Amino acid sequence: MATYSTNEFKGGLKIMLDGDPYTIVENEFVKPGKGQAFNRVKIRNLKTGRVIDRTFKSGETVDGADVVETQMQYLYNDGEFWHFMKPDTFEQFAASANAVEDAKQWLKAEDTCNVILWNGDPLSVEPPNFVILQITETDPGVRGDTSGGGGKPATLETGAVVRVPLFVDQGEMIKVDTRTATYVARAKE
Amino acid sequence: MIKSGIRGSGFGVREDVDRRRPADWQPTAPIPNLRKRAEILATIRTFFAERNVLEVDTPLLSAAASTDVHLNSVAAGAGYLHTSPEFAMKRLLSADSGDIYQICKVFRADEAGRFHNPEFTLLEWYRVGWGYRRLMDEVAALLAQVLATEAAPIRLGYRDAFMQELNLDPFTAHEDTLAAAVRSKGLDAPNLNRDECLDLLAGSCVYPALGCDRLCFIYDFPASQAALARVRSSESAGQPPVAERFEVFFNGIELGNGFTELTDAAEQRRRFAHDLARRRELARPEPPKDQRFLAALEVGLPECAGVAIGLDRVAMLVCDANHIGEVISFTAENA
Repeated sequence: MATYSTNEFKGGLKIMLDGDPYTIVENEFVKPGKGQAFNRVKIRNLKTGRVIDRTFKSGETVDGADVVETQMQYLYNDGEFWHFMKPDTFEQFAASANAVEDAKQWLKAEDTCNVILWNGDPLSVEPPNFVILQITETDPGVRGDTSGGGGKPATLETGAVVRVPLFVDQGEMIKVDTRTATYVARAKE
Repeated sequence: MIKSGIRGSGFGVREDVDRRRPADWQPTAPIPNLRKRAEILATIRTFFAERNVLEVDTPLLSAAASTDVHLNSVAAGAGYLHTSPEFAMKRLLSADSGDIYQICKVFRADEAGRFHNPEFTLLEWYRVGWGYRRLMDEVAALLAQVLATEAAPIRLGYRDAFMQELNLDPFTAHEDTLAAAVRSKGLDAPNLNRDECLDLLAGSCVYPALGCDRLCFIYDFPASQAALARVRSSESAGQPPVAERFEVFFNGIELGNGFTELTDAAEQRRRFAHDLARRRELARPEPPKDQRFLAALEVGLPECAGVAIGLDRVAMLVCDANHIGEVISFTAENA
């Protein structure tokens, strides 16, 4: 794997630190007067999502992390692993429960997700920003109420629970923003 | 298409976005900022003309280079692009030029960021027979004009600045105390020596806390950070010596560095040797010592004080810019 000098630091660069892959969020070059220069960086641990601050002496090198982001189609869950496929090569990857932690409640077969691979294994999975899912359980709809005020909880086919307006019924398809876990609109099939 | 020629805040753009753009030909600075830059230069030239300081012009490309441990020169052909015009200007002073100033481009490899561009503009001047304290007054007078500020400057010893902000004495604090201070400020950086701890604390905590909307001078640095300044033994017995060096800040942004200049050729040789030995330890390039500069010192550099001011940062303050690219026509990235 490549090594990177602090001169090459920039947002988005993937590096290894203490055995974990990180992505650089922010990089600030600090050089006081006549002295030693430093790179003060904010980095996000790609396994845990935690953002930490780290200061490097300028000129230091770090190992790059073999991290790639690819679009993959979600196939199915076998109870232990969530399976994804690269649409161009049909190559399949199995993601652990840990990797799909934040995404699994939105995963529906054939949806395209952003999968981050580290050394060839899925490290984390991002669901599409918008998904269309069926409501499997909610209180009966209230006709004529289009105000949307208040709303009610609805369980979706993937198990996720979102608040929906009162007029939406069980069995309907709805569009959900996965970044905020909120109802967007009714969806036509 | 890019709608605006201003990319000031766009320095963090992702590369994959960049690649899809047509060749980036536009200036990084808005044209009104370049106009303000030109006005700054005119003000400076008038200031020195009125004071009978001679404008000079020395080579950017020279056979030798700075040995400063923390400055990396750009090699060019058989020589180096200068990191500052200091050696050549001191040769002029040794040849009895009298007071001189210069506005020129200087080059420092690997320095890029919000306040750094590897090629930048320096104003450097020397006053014969002056010490650093008198020179601080002149720096204050010039910058007050350029920055249009009337607030009285703050003057603070390096030690007092550390005491004020961190309650530790940078001259006497134990190395472990400094390392603990670094950690307590959340600056997770392992394996720093004494001066590196001081540099990191200064740059991250002490300088940013300096006064707002007025010039601030920090002076009397540890001898280990003397660079090319004269070192004076302390007035009070038992106290460590200090380097007669100052730095000038505005809103926590470092604008310049000045010295009572070292005129002792033997001491200068020792500092070169010390720098180069340290460079070897750190596996950094070891550029040739400037023998012509040393020869001039042997003959005699008059007692003088000198200062270098980063004009791009001055322009940033005048233009209220967030990134150095907003005051430079083309940054290194799109030069």
